[in-house]
This record gives sequence, C-alpha cells and structure tokens, in this order.
Amino acid sequence: MSTDLDAIVGKPWKKPSFIKNPALRWGLVILAVVYFYFAFTTIDVNWARIYRGLDRGWQFILGFANPDFTSRWSDIYAGFMESVVMTVASTVAGIAISIPIALGAARNIAPLPVYMVCRFIVSISRALNEIIVAIILVKIFGFGPLAGFLTLSFATIGFLSKLLAEEIESMNMVAPEAIQSTGSSWAQWINFGVQPQVMPRLIGLSMYRLDINFRESAVLGLVGAGGIGATLNTAFDRYEFDSVAAILLIIIVTVMSLEYLSGVIRERIK
Amino acid sequence: MPMIEKNGQKIWQVRDRKAQFIRWAMWFFGTVAFLMAWKVISDGTEWYYVQTAPQAANDIITRAWPPKWGYINKLWGPIWDTVNIATIGTIVSLMLAVPIAFMAARNTTPSMLFVRPLALLVIVASRSVNSLIWALLLVSIVGPGVLAGVVAISIRSIGFCAKLLYEAIEEINETQVEAITATGARPWQVMVYGIVPQIMPSFAGIAVFRWDINIRESTVLGLVGAGGIGLQLNSSLNILSWSQVSLILMVILFAVVISEWVSAKVRGAII
Repeated sequence: MSTDLDAIVGKPWKKPSFIKNPALRWGLVILAVVYFYFAFTTIDVNWARIYRGLDRGWQFILGFANPDFTSRWSDIYAGFMESVVMTVASTVAGIAISIPIALGAARNIAPLPVYMVCRFIVSISRALNEIIVAIILVKIFGFGPLAGFLTLSFATIGFLSKLLAEEIESMNMVAPEAIQSTGSSWAQWINFGVQPQVMPRLIGLSMYRLDINFRESAVLGLVGAGGIGATLNTAFDRYEFDSVAAILLIIIVTVMSLEYLSGVIRERIK
Repeated sequence: MPMIEKNGQKIWQVRDRKAQFIRWAMWFFGTVAFLMAWKVISDGTEWYYVQTAPQAANDIITRAWPPKWGYINKLWGPIWDTVNIATIGTIVSLMLAVPIAFMAARNTTPSMLFVRPLALLVIVASRSVNSLIWALLLVSIVGPGVLAGVVAISIRSIGFCAKLLYEAIEEINETQVEAITATGARPWQVMVYGIVPQIMPSFAGIAVFRWDINIRESTVLGLVGAGGIGLQLNSSLNILSWSQVSLILMVILFAVVISEWVSAKVRGAII
C-alpha cells in the first residue's frame, strides 16, 4: 500500500481512462481511424446536387412555417383515419395473440418444448424489419390496410411477448404457488396467480406499443400497405412540401399526445 | 371487501359493483372500437385478391428457393454501405445528441423556461418521424445515395440517444458534482470531472444499442433510394427476382444477428 502511495505522491493526478487496458484502448482508436478512412472514401458526396437540393430543403423548412392542411385535406384525412384504424386493430389483435405466446415463452410456467417454440416465434418476429414484412405481405395479400394490419400485428407479437415473458419470469412465485395449493385449475392459476402481478406491466407495454404501431403505420404506406404513408409519399413525389409539413405535423402531434396519454395511464396504474 | 348476499349467505367477490361495471364498459367499448376498425380495414381490402393468397405465397416461396447464391458477389458493396450508414449515422447523431441531452436534463439545462422545452421538442420531433420518412425527405434534398441515408439515420437517432442520455444525466449522483464544485472548478470542469465520468457507461451502452437498431433500419433505407442493401432489395423486387430477394433477406437477417451479438457483448463488457 505504502509503495503504491510513494509512487503516486509528487506526481500530478490524471483522470483515469474509460477503457483501462492501454493496448485495447489504442487498438480501438487505431481501428476506428482506419475504418473511418475507408468509410469516408467510399461515400461519394455530390456537392453540386446538394447545392441544387438546398433550395428544396429551404422550401421544406418554409413549408413547416406555413403548413398546408387544406388543399389535400381529404387525402390526409383518409390516410390518417386508415393509420388510426390499422393501429387500433393491430394492437388489439397483437395483444390477443401475444399473451398466450408470452405465457409459453416464460420458462417458469411453461414446459421446455412449448418454451422453445414460443421463443422461436418471438425471435423470428423481432428479427424481421416491419417494412420487409410489409413488402412480402403486400405481395401476398394485395395492396391495402389488411397487409398493414397483419404486419403490425406480427411485429407487436415479438415486442410484447418478449417483454411480457420477461416480466412473468421475474414475478414473485409465492402467489401462484398459494393459488395452486388451493387445488385450482390451470386457467385459475394463471388468472389469479399470474395475471394480477403482470397486469400493470401489460397495460403499460400495450400503451407503448400502440404508440409504436402508429409511428410504424405512418411508413407502411410507402410500400403500399395503407395508412398516411401513402399520402406522404405522394406529397413528396409532387414536391408539395407544405402538404408534407402538414402531414408530418399531424404525425408528430399524434405521437406526442399518445405518448402523453400513455404516460398518464402508466402513472395511474402504478 | 366486496361481497354479495345470496339467500342470506355472504359470498366474496373480486370487485365491487362499480369497479366491475367500469371494467365491463371498458371491455365493451374496446370491443366496439376494434370491430369498427376491423370493418374499415375489411372495406378497404380486395377480398377476392386475399382468397388467392395461399397460391400467391406458394408461388413466391417456390420461386424464392433456392436463393441465387452467385448474386452475393454483387452485394458486398451494398453491405459495406449499409454498415457505414449505420456507424457514421450513429456517431454523427451522438455528437448532436450530447449537447441536446445536456440542454434537456433538468440539472444541467441553462434555462428551464426556454432551452429545455426547445430541446425536448427536438427530441420528440426526431423520435416521432420514422427514419424512412427522413430518408425520403433527404433523398429529395441531397439526392439519392449513401449520404442521404447517413443524415436520415443521424436525425432519427438524435431523439432516441438524447432522451436516454438526459435521463441518465438526471439520475447522476449530485454529491460528486458538489464535491468538484467545492474545489472551485469552473462549470466546464464540473462537467468533465463531475458529470461525464458518471454517465460514460450509459453513454457507451446507448451508443452500441442504437448502432444495433441502426443496422436494422439502414437495411431498408435503400427502398426510398438512400443507399445500402435496400437498393438491391428494391430492384430485385421490381424485377420480381425472388431468388435474389431471398438471398438479400438472408444477408439482412445475418447482419441483424451479428449486430445484436456484438451489441450484447459490448454492453455486457461495460455493465
């Protein structure tokens, strides 16, 4: 101890580094520098194109200052309602499907074979990007909100089942055991032993997922799966930046109010 | 304790009448809302086309298998671009997110009245618009290519990173900040020696976590022309070359698995 102290005394103090091992630290720095050299050389920046595009960027910002809700209002309204409808329906359907899968994906209440199957479903749903799923489903089911509904329900399963299963796995096992000792059936066991413990979390997650589904439904229209994204895409194609700004403002305000609402509800349930 | 009396005998119930009624009403309106939503979806769907869905799916699967393995040689460039979009986009967004996070955190914001709401507005605006929409916008401004993807990813990630970071800043231990302040340190010294070391682990965690998400998102940015493997996906879809599509999807899945593994490893090492 004293030798350590002797070594330190008289020397100015230096802030300890975040990565303690110097070899690893400098190795990472060199690696990063080399990577950035190659990464930046492969990005071709067309300054002339950007210069021409700046005008459009400026028009877009002006569009936000003066959003045009009226001239495309019927399209915007139809797209928005379709998004809302897809969001509500897919969240409900997604929750309904993901609850049994979550029960199966929780190791403490499901036998191993069921657990494996449910975990597999969850990881498939999580690995596939919504847009890619939407593209495939549009090819199979045709254009329109049905493909969007199915995509969002599928994506909800991965999200909700995973987090709900984690909640079930970390719950207190005493209460379910007490219910079981009364001679309850399996359904009663789940309903009175498990459900009350995970219900607040389930409601919170569902509200959060409603919020995410709305955000996602805004882009599904880009690949033809219905919703406000189709309207947005059309507005971009016509370079009508004031309508674009109006649509984006509607999306932002909706997301903000949904976030606020879900915050209030989660606060009250706690 | 809620009870009902039946034939002079008291029977225990889970809820009293009012709570039961509220629940029943919520279920009722929820069901009605779902059915109405389903009605709209059903009206907007060509059911004739849906009837042919099994054939369509079968057709796609038979044409998608086996994947066209030789096509992989044309994918190395786009894969490299995709990784670059995610990595550089994450780094740029972190550079922008750090000042915004300090402005948004209650304990470090210069002004609760003006700066904090503005920072929160930036965070919300960036978070609520999907990266594909940002990409769509940037493609029309800076032209198609990797640059549009990088900027789209970085704008989209600002909100996420800044939100998690400012929550981390608000949760720091004030005692250490006070100790540094007591030595007579200037504000930036308090920042560097009192606050930054405390949020460094969560900063690194957020960076890696967002990088993982960005890898996923950058794979589809090409659909709107913003570079990366999505460009190849889009052109393969347009020429209905399903054997190329299946190969690209496998590459994307592989990339997602790898990035998730890397992010889990790095976060495990930090925490």
